Amino acid sequence: MSFPLLTATAALPAIGAIATAAVPAARRTAAKWLALFFSLGTLVLAAVVFLRFEPGGDRYQLTESRAWIADFGVRYELGVDGIGVALLGLTALLIPFVIVAGWHDADPLETKSSRWRPTQGFFALVLMVEAMVILSFVATDVFLFYILFEAMLIPMYFLIGGFGDRAHAGTDENAATQRSYAAVKFLLYNLAGGLIMLAAVIGLYVVAGSFSLSEIAEARANGSLEMATSTERWLFLGFFFAFAVKAPLWPLHTWLPNAMGEATAPVAVLITAIVDKVGTFAMLRFCLGLFPEASKWATPVVITLALISIVYGALLAVGQRDIKRLIAYASISHFGFIILGIFAMTSQGQSGATLYMVNHGISTAALLLVAGFLITRRGSRLIADYGGVQKVAPVLAGTFLIGGLATLSLPGLAPFVSEFLVLVGTFSAYPVAGVIATSGIVLAALYVLVLYQRTMTGPVRESVRSMPDLRARELAVALPLIAVLIFLGVFPKPLTEVVNPAVEHTMSDVQKKDPQPEVEAAK
Amino acid sequence: MSATAVHSLWTTASGVTSAAPGNSFTAPKIEYTQLMPVLIIVVAAVLGILVEAFVPRRARYHTQLFLTVVAVAGSFAAIVGLAAGGYGTTDAGIVAMGAIAIDGPTLFLQGTILLVAMVALFTFAERRLDPGSNGNRVDSFAAQAGSVPGGEGEKAAVRAGFTTTEVFPLLLFSVAGLLVFPAANDLLTLFIALEVFSLPLYLLCAVARRKRLMSQEAAVKYFLLGAFSSAFLLFGIALLYGYAGSLSYADIANVVDGSVLEIDPALADTMGNDALLLIGGAMILTGLLFKVGAVPFHMWTPDVYQGAPTPVTGFMAAATKVAAFGALLRLLYVALPGLAWDLRPVMWAVAIVTMLGGAIVAITQTDIKRLLAYSSIAHAGFILAGVIAASPEGISSVLFYLLAYSFVTVGAFAVVTLVRDAGGEATHLSKWAGLGRRSPLVAAVFAVFLLAFAGIPLTSGFSGKFAVFKAAAEGGAGALVVVGVLSSAVAAFFYIRVIVLMFFSEPKADGPTVAVPSPLTMTTIAVGVAVTLVLGLAPQYFLDLASQAGVFVR
Repeated sequence: MSFPLLTATAALPAIGAIATAAVPAARRTAAKWLALFFSLGTLVLAAVVFLRFEPGGDRYQLTESRAWIADFGVRYELGVDGIGVALLGLTALLIPFVIVAGWHDADPLETKSSRWRPTQGFFALVLMVEAMVILSFVATDVFLFYILFEAMLIPMYFLIGGFGDRAHAGTDENAATQRSYAAVKFLLYNLAGGLIMLAAVIGLYVVAGSFSLSEIAEARANGSLEMATSTERWLFLGFFFAFAVKAPLWPLHTWLPNAMGEATAPVAVLITAIVDKVGTFAMLRFCLGLFPEASKWATPVVITLALISIVYGALLAVGQRDIKRLIAYASISHFGFIILGIFAMTSQGQSGATLYMVNHGISTAALLLVAGFLITRRGSRLIADYGGVQKVAPVLAGTFLIGGLATLSLPGLAPFVSEFLVLVGTFSAYPVAGVIATSGIVLAALYVLVLYQRTMTGPVRESVRSMPDLRARELAVALPLIAVLIFLGVFPKPLTEVVNPAVEHTMSDVQKKDPQPEVEAAK
Repeated sequence: MSATAVHSLWTTASGVTSAAPGNSFTAPKIEYTQLMPVLIIVVAAVLGILVEAFVPRRARYHTQLFLTVVAVAGSFAAIVGLAAGGYGTTDAGIVAMGAIAIDGPTLFLQGTILLVAMVALFTFAERRLDPGSNGNRVDSFAAQAGSVPGGEGEKAAVRAGFTTTEVFPLLLFSVAGLLVFPAANDLLTLFIALEVFSLPLYLLCAVARRKRLMSQEAAVKYFLLGAFSSAFLLFGIALLYGYAGSLSYADIANVVDGSVLEIDPALADTMGNDALLLIGGAMILTGLLFKVGAVPFHMWTPDVYQGAPTPVTGFMAAATKVAAFGALLRLLYVALPGLAWDLRPVMWAVAIVTMLGGAIVAITQTDIKRLLAYSSIAHAGFILAGVIAASPEGISSVLFYLLAYSFVTVGAFAVVTLVRDAGGEATHLSKWAGLGRRSPLVAAVFAVFLLAFAGIPLTSGFSGKFAVFKAAAEGGAGALVVVGVLSSAVAAFFYIRVIVLMFFSEPKADGPTVAVPSPLTMTTIAVGVAVTLVLGLAPQYFLDLASQAGVFVR
């Protein structure tokens, strides 16, 4: 048996979490370095996975399969396809930045209690989330995926509720209430979604007699598994509901602004750039892969909801007064694009959606983390409290601008490629939807540039006059992310190379062919 | 009805039809080997009473503790021996003249009950938590159960440092009843086992050291409602006997499905009367559902759980549920399988209102013990979903759920005993605010139990819930599964609320302290956590055990 590379990639951060949690209270800094060390180690393993993965090879590679709970028909089955590789890489790439950006976020305010170890807890939880997310990207057993999908809520919940933003130093009591409200809302929404999915997971087992993606696909191919149309639709709805909550899709999105607003910037990155991607990823792999007919059946509704998300999220982002909530609504708009790309059922749309997941992760991380640095300096999340920052902290303003431009998909930066692909893919199948979605780009320009204008330009506000520029640690977060954005913006090939074959598989699952350009047909 | 149409209770069972009593006496055949687990417990309980009578007061605690631990361990060893000897599978059979069935479910449930009794016993014996009275170490039980609360007698007893060591034999008697209950193979044995385990529990509920009036009130309520439900059960037994002419499960089953070989005139008269059967069956179910704590027979649960001494609550919540579901399963699968379709709508309704009722009412609770009581009601509903599945998977999923649930319950109540203020245990939820800051470990352990109750993956609660729901879905009860997951979502809300309170709220200045327990309670909690995690991460072995044990003997 070959070396279980995927297990190792997921196990390393889990071990790191335990090790970090075990560091004594007084050795706080050691815990941070330990966490960073483990996250970098995971990045190395993820790079190995990326290199070992052959884009032209089997659909699922580096597979592992072990008996786990035979009574439930559950096996510990891992395997990675191109989409999984891309998202695994994204996760492993972002976590070190999350850790470095959150270096001081969890320092205890008072050091008198020797048993309360928030710092160790914070970094352990981040690594725990990383482990679970990575495993969920490579799980090819529905049950195993479900377990991780649900279990990752718990560390996330503690990260949101336990380590809030320190922006409201004055009104601590109130902030704590808001924070725990946001954490509970996050958990209940996602848990409710997950439990609906549990019913569908059980239903799937009753119908298919197996949890293994490959076995179900095989049974479908050779005709031994026939799903009644209504059964397939119900199961699809059960799965889709959970992923739509997670992603989040309008009208199930309302937990995201709360959670992102109250969480610290690194945790907000964890939510929107990493954990939410599990939702969109799962739509591709499970909704389309397991229930192709029902997916096609639901397409009109899903596309409509996605369009509403795009426009509604962007409009609300324009109207926000709180920087982090603005980014949250912008993310809702972007998730609309991703879901649109997935359900357009064209290979361009789905490649675009997959690239979009990666690029949105990186660009949002850049924007949010720099915004977090800004908010920590001033102690406020309100846009109105800033003004003229670019004169006192030019580097901060510059990196913030690049993050913002990436968010609005400026050509030359990575998100442009993916947004373009999604729009083209959508347009070729659903022209009207493509046109409506384009309005999202216009609105994106509006909310990003207005945000920049109000906070960074204009006369220097008294409250920001003594604001220091980015420090070395913060530069170490911002600059590499920007470098990746530019690199993938001009040279997306390494990513498209692994993603495209995987998308072809998904397309063959739903048995769709790309529509031919009509000009050719007319001749 | 003619004179011949009166059933003869004993003679039909033994097959000797014409002999007058005393004329020829057949010695009963008793299989002592298979009954060993029960016998060990009963003998130890009797010895415990003798200890109370003859051993000096200061040596009683240790003697009783030793005796009880040895008895429970010995009995469990006997169970393991029987299971290893194949009495659960190939050699399963009816023993003690048809009164008791020793088969897979029996051994599994008896084993579970004994393990639960063992860990609960440690919380019974815990003597380090209470600040003590005049330097004496005391447990959770009243200094002298007979003294008037707040009176002179009580003060004198506290000054003298008395402790109620009678709780140990009472516990053992209760365990004996619980062991027989799921094994009962005729209706009279069922009733007697019910009384044998209930009566000591009524007493145990009444002997709390702190808040004695509440404890006594709880005991009276439990006793009155319990007596009421016993009456239902007994009346149902009478009706069913009137219908089938027999108390034995197998005979009843034969009459119900019409496969009885010899129909004597008396039976021919009654067996067409479905009203007797349906009303009798429903009344017996009522009695069992009362013990299970299913809505609408749940009214006693919150008051009793809250008022009883917490170690007793933990034991009762876990062990009675195990035994009562075992008895319910056997009744439905062995005695009344012919009624499966008639009872289905009723059981569906009960399961649905139990799941939803327990979960919804729990939201408004402000006392941790009442909260856990309502949560136990919701869990009874989940288990009922598995009972309804009416398949071997249904049986084994219920067995597994009971194993998982009982350890979480005992562990959770053991944690409740640790959080104390000047008035004893601080059970009001507001007092738990900020516990995670003050004692991260205790709060984390309790959080694990709450997550298991909520059925979060990687805990035993999830494995159990999944097993039960899967069996229900395969048994054609998909709608129950949907109700189940919806009420799980509701239930998650109040478990999470407690976690929020512990971790995200600022500690209060006059908040409770967490007492440092002796190794006894620590063992209980550690075992609880270990079982919760093992059954969550690697449940395969125990699922195998449960599915091997999932066949009833007839």
